[in-house]
Amino acid sequence: MIINPLKRVYLALESWFNLSFGSEWNPLYHLGTLSFFLFWIILVSGIYLFVPFHGSLEGAHASVEAITYQQWYAGGVMRSLHRYASDAVIVTVLLHMFKEFASGRYRGFRWFSWVTGIPNLWMIVTIGITGYWLVWDEMAQFIAVGSAQLMDALPIFSGAMTRNFVSGGMTDRFFILIEFLHLLGQPMLLMFMLWLHVKRLSNVNINPPRGLAIGTFVALLALSLAAPATSHAPANLGWVPSEIHIDWFYLNVYPLLEIWPAGQVWILTIGLTLLLMMVPWILPKKDGPKAVVDLEHCNGCGICFEDCPFDAITLRARTDGARYDHEVVVDPALCAACGICAGSCPASNPFRTPRGELKTGIDMPQLRVDELRRITREVIEQMSTDVKIVVFGCEHGIDVLGLESDDTRGVKLICSGMLPPTLVEYALKYGADGVMVTGCRQNDCYYRFGNRWTKLRFDGERKPSLRARAERERIIMHGAAEPDAPAIKKDLIAFRERLCKLRELARVEAGK
Amino acid sequence: MADIDNRPLRFLLQAFNYSLFMGLIWFFSNSPSVSLIGENEARITIAFAHAGQLREPCRMLSQEELNKLAPNMRKIDDCPRERSPVVIEAKLDGKSVYSASLPPPGLFGDGGVDVFYSAKIPAGQHQLDMKMNDSVRVEGFNHQFARQVTVEPAQILLIAFDSKSGFVIRPVIK
Repeated sequence: MIINPLKRVYLALESWFNLSFGSEWNPLYHLGTLSFFLFWIILVSGIYLFVPFHGSLEGAHASVEAITYQQWYAGGVMRSLHRYASDAVIVTVLLHMFKEFASGRYRGFRWFSWVTGIPNLWMIVTIGITGYWLVWDEMAQFIAVGSAQLMDALPIFSGAMTRNFVSGGMTDRFFILIEFLHLLGQPMLLMFMLWLHVKRLSNVNINPPRGLAIGTFVALLALSLAAPATSHAPANLGWVPSEIHIDWFYLNVYPLLEIWPAGQVWILTIGLTLLLMMVPWILPKKDGPKAVVDLEHCNGCGICFEDCPFDAITLRARTDGARYDHEVVVDPALCAACGICAGSCPASNPFRTPRGELKTGIDMPQLRVDELRRITREVIEQMSTDVKIVVFGCEHGIDVLGLESDDTRGVKLICSGMLPPTLVEYALKYGADGVMVTGCRQNDCYYRFGNRWTKLRFDGERKPSLRARAERERIIMHGAAEPDAPAIKKDLIAFRERLCKLRELARVEAGK
Repeated sequence: MADIDNRPLRFLLQAFNYSLFMGLIWFFSNSPSVSLIGENEARITIAFAHAGQLREPCRMLSQEELNKLAPNMRKIDDCPRERSPVVIEAKLDGKSVYSASLPPPGLFGDGGVDVFYSAKIPAGQHQLDMKMNDSVRVEGFNHQFARQVTVEPAQILLIAFDSKSGFVIRPVIK
């Protein structure tokens, strides 16, 4: 399988973090929640800084200096945490974008999350800009003049704004406006935009694992103590600051104003933003046919509604006169066509109709559960070896057909979450000695929850669970991406040996 | 790559990763620095708002004209709204550094113009010549200003204009 170079880079990073953090704490799996955690640090430290901060032209710089030096152990640390956590947010957000892009999670049904995510980055950047402005030092002056140039390049201002930032042109009122924007206006807008960004997702988590949160906080605290954030000299609009140690995470656009006219800087930034927002249509991907509900076989239990990662399923009052209270409805615009709902439907039980067609409450037109059962039977029948292994695997993890050998056959799923646990039991009953289930790397499902739900169902912690009668030693799960092929093959060899021993044991038992 | 079971080694690797992350944050949060002005450079800034004079003068209405108007509309003069463009020219040591003709904004061409120009200049002594015309009814420039100025390195030479004092060099305080 050919992997695009960006995905290869991402997978290498992911492997490295899995090695050091484990899949539970891998920061790449928690970039969104980590960003929220950093926002909490920013909020708490910001509230602390706001109390002694003096929001005026004369008082701002002096009050920030007092916070930084007179109470370096508290205010100084808080200021550094505020600054470094803000910088860290840019890194986590950029990594989040890179991850989603590299692994193709930006197009098709995901276009909405991608498109609403890009302005979030700019929103965060503008909050950072107004934050730096409040210090009213030489860097704030540089930002103020640059921002005014940018504003004046727009037809609505026509040169009026830059005039504010010449000697004697600035007033406290403008400063208070910036303060209002930074403390209230921009964060409120960001909150709304973040809500919009995750609107098409269900079970949204905003807290990273505790270990990762503690590690990140300790690292930020260590940096704050080792290299406290400081200010430049106070702003003086009569003089040009000679050298500015700018924060490149937030202020990277401003140095361009020294080279290009503001209009060109706008063209570059708006052009880049639009280009990024249009990526889902520049590199399109067609989603598969959406899930279809068959009310005749749906009892409205709501498990698929609970399991859908993209909020595409809703429960409503029964409309067909059946004795159940509810029925489920799929919104095709939101459906990712992952099939997790088909795997969660209790009616997707292959033992229900051993001979006839297997109809289930909710199914995927491109790979019906009945078809899945037929393929499973066929691959078992194709093997004539002593040990027979069936490998169920998703489209986004390792290529299961590449694992095939005389005693191993692969069955491709859309997502590992579409595998009804009873189908594993079915495969074992109808001739398979062992079943391996592969999906994306653990905690990093292409469809968010496929491999997690499957594991919970197999562990009996989520409905529909794998029944106790299914022998657990004959079932293994291995989340893997393409570069993990050697590891999974090694696992397969060990699994085969275990199955051979089980067969031997069974023979001995039978002989007794 | 699988997870590592060795906890101390895992924490050591995590510490390494966190250090790398924090190192990245620390570096780009203040480096590389940006130099905004050379050692012997200063900046000239021309910044002011000014409305050009009316293109045509106000005209007193005759009694006959006033009688034709409704009693509540009888304003004794008629002033056309359109203003003159502001033509400005700045020379430093005899060389033109800024020259513009700024039309009055607004649907009826009756707004004031915002003049803003800023550029780097060598620090030291300069001969500054400012000229401006704000009336189409006047030939040439009706506002002029000439002055020997001395600007220190990194200083901003701010030139403003107000209709009472004409061109002024704003006091700059370090």
